[in-house]
Amino acid sequence: MTPVLQARGLVKRYGHVTALDGADFDLLPGEVLAVIGDNGAGKSSLIKVLTGAVQPDAGEIRLDGEVVRFRDPLDARRHGIETVYQDLAVAASLDIADNMFLGREIRRPGLLGSVLRLLDKKRMRAESAEHMAALKIGLRSLAVPVESLSGGQRQGVAVARAVAWATHVVVMDEPTAALGVKESGQVLDMIRRVRDRGLPVVLISHNMPHVFEIADRIHVQRLGRRVAEIKPGDYSMAEVVAIMTGALQLSDGKTVVTDQEAVKAAGVTRD
Amino acid sequence: MTATTTTQTPLANEPSPARRLLLTPTAGPLAALVLACVFFSFSTDQFLSGGNFSLIIQQVMVVGTLAIGQTLIILTAGIDLSNGAVMAFGGIVMAKLAVDSGLPPLLAITAGLAVCAGFGLINGLLVTRISLPPFIVTLGMLNVVFALTHIYSQDQTVTGLPAPLTFLGQTFSIGDTAVTYGSVLMIGLFLFFAYLLSQTAWGRHVYALGNSPEVARLTGIRTARLTVGVYTLAGLVYGMAALLLVSRTGVGDPQAGQTDNLDSITAVVLGGTSLFGGRGLVIGSLIGALIVGVFRNGLQLMGVPSIYQTLITGILVILAVTVDQLSRRRTR
Ligand SMILES: Nc1ncnc2c1ncn2[C@@H]1O[C@H](COP(=O)(O)OP(=O)(O)O)[C@@H](O)[C@H]1O
Ligand SMILES: [Mg+2]
Repeated sequence: MTPVLQARGLVKRYGHVTALDGADFDLLPGEVLAVIGDNGAGKSSLIKVLTGAVQPDAGEIRLDGEVVRFRDPLDARRHGIETVYQDLAVAASLDIADNMFLGREIRRPGLLGSVLRLLDKKRMRAESAEHMAALKIGLRSLAVPVESLSGGQRQGVAVARAVAWATHVVVMDEPTAALGVKESGQVLDMIRRVRDRGLPVVLISHNMPHVFEIADRIHVQRLGRRVAEIKPGDYSMAEVVAIMTGALQLSDGKTVVTDQEAVKAAGVTRD
Repeated sequence: MTATTTTQTPLANEPSPARRLLLTPTAGPLAALVLACVFFSFSTDQFLSGGNFSLIIQQVMVVGTLAIGQTLIILTAGIDLSNGAVMAFGGIVMAKLAVDSGLPPLLAITAGLAVCAGFGLINGLLVTRISLPPFIVTLGMLNVVFALTHIYSQDQTVTGLPAPLTFLGQTFSIGDTAVTYGSVLMIGLFLFFAYLLSQTAWGRHVYALGNSPEVARLTGIRTARLTVGVYTLAGLVYGMAALLLVSRTGVGDPQAGQTDNLDSITAVVLGGTSLFGGRGLVIGSLIGALIVGVFRNGLQLMGVPSIYQTLITGILVILAVTVDQLSRRRTR
């Protein structure tokens, strides 16, 4: 199966910090791929490189098997890749419809649109309402600034926008990080609905229960590279955490204990 | 996006336009302006007349127009300290080219507009290319342009301007009220920029940029180009303010506009636009300029010494930024 989105040997340095140190990445058609890793493991950097938000210093990205190079986020969006960036998803003082269509506004038909460049606000509102409804995001009004929404609703707007425009891949960087239990559940439901449409989803998350609940496969990122690619059913949460922290390593599909104490502390039982 | 569905989902609970205005940060300033007008109407007989209103508008015309450019820049979370100086230089260029160099007046005006837009462009490039804070860039530019004005004019006031340069100072009558063409130009500019900011994609992008440049960039907005465009357009508006200034005073004056940078910021702030960027309406800045104008005019008619006008303006500014700060804290 050709991966939808693939990367080999990605390197990204910020001055002395190496955020990505030869990272590989594979996203298969129709799957929810969780990307997990400690703080600073390079998850966000990986996502930013894959979606054109930053340029890698080295490495190769393939979309449907073809080598691509995204000059900027707009370029990736044109290729059908939509991203919900961590903490940088919506413009706070704009309303929901403005946010849904930011950078892709619809103008009025005829001279009003082509000469006067008038926006078709009615149509953008109506379409936004449909997209919000499709993901079952309940809102009282679409004409209020998103800063007046709850954290979950705001994230819902960002997710709905990504889903509405994506034709290829949806990427979400820690979409539940700032949310409560109920709101996180709503975002996970949205991710399921996206997968049910056949779109592959990349989900960056810290939250192991969420990851195990929703992911088809898990990409473990550590010190700027992928250290494991696993199925949730094959390992326990404690083992995955141990892999994430480096206490456990994978080699030829087998786990190797590198730090007995840490593994014991993590509650992993292995011989 | 799947644009095939044309069925309009009924949107319950959409606020009406009037209610939406109430929700904007411009509602407070508008109420303040109305209250001030009511107060002065009862306090002095001369206040409530077409002629007096026409006078107030003439008095705020130059600062009001500067405030349009200032609003654009403040909406991007920038600030422009150089606009009064740029305007003064633009005015001198127009006057000297038309009088001393004998250029056709319209060409002299065009050159003045272009020079002002050029300074805006330089400001914009310094802010984006070298990532300098707008405060510092425009502070530097203020001094550069101020010096250029005095060097170029040799500190001489330019008199004897040809008709096209003073046309905007002419009046026409609405009923028995004389209105200057310049007032009409200023109001027209406000309406034009209100439309640009609220009805076009460009306007939405300016707000998004002011909210967060990184969010705007990640949504695919070309933020550097947008910023340079905003500063350049603001410069062009300062050029129009220069023409208004020259028309109103009838001379090219190198000393003009020295406090207008701060006065334009005052108008923007009083109009409810946030100095943190991304929030506010350009019409608010007209209201802000009118608040200052109405207080000045009303207090003068009441015979209050002018220093109290300054005192009240200062208190209003502090009040306005306090409201902004508190409302931001509430929505965070
Ligand atoms: N714009 C940046 N400038 C400097 N260092 C950065 C930048 N972005 C990320 N880093 C550094 O790169 C490393 C990886 O960061 P990041 O990709 O955000 O990790 P994660 O998302 O897994 O927490 C960290 O050490 C971080 O400090
Ligand atoms: Mg991160």
